[in-house]
Amino acid sequence: MADCDSEEIAVIGNTDLTAAELENNKNNTMAEAGTTLLRRMEISVAEAEKRTGKNAVNMQETYTVYLVETRPIDAAEGQNPAPDSLWRRYSEFELLRNYLLVTYPFIVVPPLPEKRAEFVWHKLSADNMDPDFVERRRAGLENFLLRVASHPILSNDKIFHHFLAEEHGWKEAVFETGFQAKADSRLKALNATFRVKNPDKRFTELKHYSDELQSVTSQLLRVRARVADRLYGVYKVHGNYGRVFSEWSAIEKEMGDGLQSAGHHMDAYATSVDDILEEEEHYADQLKEYLFYAEALRAVCRKHELMQYELETAAQDLASKKQQREELATGTIRTFSLKGMTSKLFGQETPEQREAKLSVLEEQIAEGEELVKEKNAECEEYVKNAWVDIERFKEQKDRDLKEALISYAIMQISVCKKGIQVWTNAKECFSKM
Amino acid sequence: MSGIIADPTDSCTPAQEIPADLSGQMLELDEDDDLEVFSKDTTLTDGSFFNASMPTSPASMINQYKFEEEADDKDIFITVDNPESHVTAIETFITYRVLTKTTRSEFDSCEYEVRRRYQDFLWLKGRLEEAHPTLIVHPLPEKFVVKGMVERFNDDFIETRRKALHKFLNRVADHPILSCSEDFKVFLTAQAWELTSHKKQGPGFLSRMGETVRAVAATVRGVKNRPEEFTAIQEYVDTFSQKITSLDKVTQRILKEQKEYLDELKEYGPVYTLWSGSEEELVEPLKGVASCIERCCREKEEQISHLSETLVPSLHEYVLCAETLKSVLRRRDNIQADYEAKNDMLANKKTDREVEYKDLGFVFGSFLGKNPEEAKQQRQQRLDGEIEELKEEIDKLEDKVECANNALKVDWARWQKNMSGDIRGAFLSTAEKNIDYYEKCLAVWESFLLSQRSEHSVEGTREQQTAKDACPQDT
Repeated sequence: MADCDSEEIAVIGNTDLTAAELENNKNNTMAEAGTTLLRRMEISVAEAEKRTGKNAVNMQETYTVYLVETRPIDAAEGQNPAPDSLWRRYSEFELLRNYLLVTYPFIVVPPLPEKRAEFVWHKLSADNMDPDFVERRRAGLENFLLRVASHPILSNDKIFHHFLAEEHGWKEAVFETGFQAKADSRLKALNATFRVKNPDKRFTELKHYSDELQSVTSQLLRVRARVADRLYGVYKVHGNYGRVFSEWSAIEKEMGDGLQSAGHHMDAYATSVDDILEEEEHYADQLKEYLFYAEALRAVCRKHELMQYELETAAQDLASKKQQREELATGTIRTFSLKGMTSKLFGQETPEQREAKLSVLEEQIAEGEELVKEKNAECEEYVKNAWVDIERFKEQKDRDLKEALISYAIMQISVCKKGIQVWTNAKECFSKM
Repeated sequence: MSGIIADPTDSCTPAQEIPADLSGQMLELDEDDDLEVFSKDTTLTDGSFFNASMPTSPASMINQYKFEEEADDKDIFITVDNPESHVTAIETFITYRVLTKTTRSEFDSCEYEVRRRYQDFLWLKGRLEEAHPTLIVHPLPEKFVVKGMVERFNDDFIETRRKALHKFLNRVADHPILSCSEDFKVFLTAQAWELTSHKKQGPGFLSRMGETVRAVAATVRGVKNRPEEFTAIQEYVDTFSQKITSLDKVTQRILKEQKEYLDELKEYGPVYTLWSGSEEELVEPLKGVASCIERCCREKEEQISHLSETLVPSLHEYVLCAETLKSVLRRRDNIQADYEAKNDMLANKKTDREVEYKDLGFVFGSFLGKNPEEAKQQRQQRLDGEIEELKEEIDKLEDKVECANNALKVDWARWQKNMSGDIRGAFLSTAEKNIDYYEKCLAVWESFLLSQRSEHSVEGTREQQTAKDACPQDT
């Protein structure tokens, strides 16, 4: 996960892209990605602040704003220009992401940190205003920007650049793109149920995988939170030893010193769990990111299904229109139609009427064929682009999660080492009792 | 002495470790419905026993009191093991095998094997406390545990009790005075029916009643001039009792939290395994983490066992000890109160005598129609007699108080030494086990890390990794 509390190196590509470069960007593999990520800019979400103001319904509300800072890397020698900065609310990040989702449906768009705190273990606050939550959200927002900025395609988006560059007028710019209409239809489509006749096996498997990933990461996060809770209990109870040892040492002559100092180590042991669990929160955040990524992955699959479905529908329409034409031309009625029935009952149509119908059908067929060709091309293009990004995502996921597991192991090692140290110290004190 | 010398200070030797040459003379259990199970004495006449010069009278013991380095001159080894359940028409109960090996001269044989039930231990403790009211007798395990255990005959409960009984007998055996008790000897050596008949001897019901009444009266009366050092001990005991009870509770709580932690941990590993089912590249690391967690669970289980077998019983023992100490101090106080009461009586009688000398009592005598001179002489003689009696009693009581105080003083020092040794040992052992637990878990995770990193030639901290994440390259 690309998060840390210091400024991170990321890239914003050239703001003026030629068509060729755009093409180039889209076709990039992992290796080439390194070259498009021009080390032009540093991006960070430096701070968070509370603001109050009137909201849409003219009511007072308190909200948090985040300071987005950008700074070109290739500053002239000796210069250290101040970063450009502006304030953004969480809702503006959401808007940015929705725009990206709609504009690049074939891309697995990086997720935002969660809106509300979930999977908390008891000590952590579930309150959105809680400073720890705000801090973790700040880090998550920074991570989101870095992910976008390091994406071969997304990093070139103008709205994204605008988001980083100008505080005011950005929202209007987004709405001017007309993405809202697409957003609504997308939402509808994602939630609709429809059946695809010839589903693409790869996408079906991928959708299945995304479901599994979602399910297993959320289960893991739940259990991890419970384990953290219990661990907290174990460590904290040891703090009572500290207190009682200290009180007891007051009445002991020989044992007193040993007891007293052992007590201090027990206190240290009890407090050490706070740091341990805070570190583990980073691990949980890494898992959460991929929980939400799974959703994004699923959306890409669903979009494909939708396209496939539209293609199939168009093809079906075309086929039936062709069928109708044939029937009209040969006079045989194979398909049932009301018109056919009525004409049987009430007499055949005139040749002129038939001619008229035929020419309308011919037009529709021509349009239909165009549509099918279009949809086919769209689908193919989508599949091609989507698979590029899916491959990129897979590699990123494998890399990130492996790293997360390794860092989890490192954390456990550190916990064990601390434990060994504390109990070794305590043991020495006990032996002096 | 033949066979293995079992070291009773450690956990006792289970039945299977009985040396082969004993097996031929194993217990033949007569299981009769109405009778307790008999055991045959496995008396091996070895012929080789030497005279341990043990002083036999308690009084002389006190004067020659010295600490013994028990480990070196141990001449008696006792184990308590092999619990067996017995069902009769009336009740169900457990007996334990008590195996004694000794070279002490007051024992006819070198080895004894008997079976005893909890009631027998209670009886022994009562007798020891009666005979030595101000000595500190190690506590017995409780009759039943109120919370936690529902069944008396639950395996864990029996094992915990067995260990405590074992400790009790060994502590008595280690005690220079208590181990010379006749009752102790009978307990270790007598057959079941012998023990029953022995129990019936000893102070009768009425005399025991009398003692109880006196004790209550003494408690009511209270002691007036308690020596400073015993007040100091009393204050210590009060605080100690509070603190050790707290420690007992804290430790029980830790045990509970550890168990709950383990329960959650057991659910945790399998989720990683589940996940590995839908991945390709990540199968190895996911399964690796699952296996690490599983192994840590096993280590945690061992840690929990150790805690409940070592620290928990130790602390609990000393909670009971604190109560014993309070009783001992009370008894000492009562002995002194008795003595003080008698002294008061003496003072009153002497005053009466004074009054006689001043001839103030003659008025009453003349009312009764006696010769005033005669009556006065009679009264004086009576009082003198009573005073003499009282003086004798007081002398005895004074001795008694002094003995009691000395016994307590010496035993107090002895108890403190034992206590610090026991507590230190229990906490040391716990600390060692905790270190062991963390070391084993450390090894588990380190080997996982090694296996992952050998595929990945990347070294480094998380920061370096995240930098790489921002600009991914082929590794």
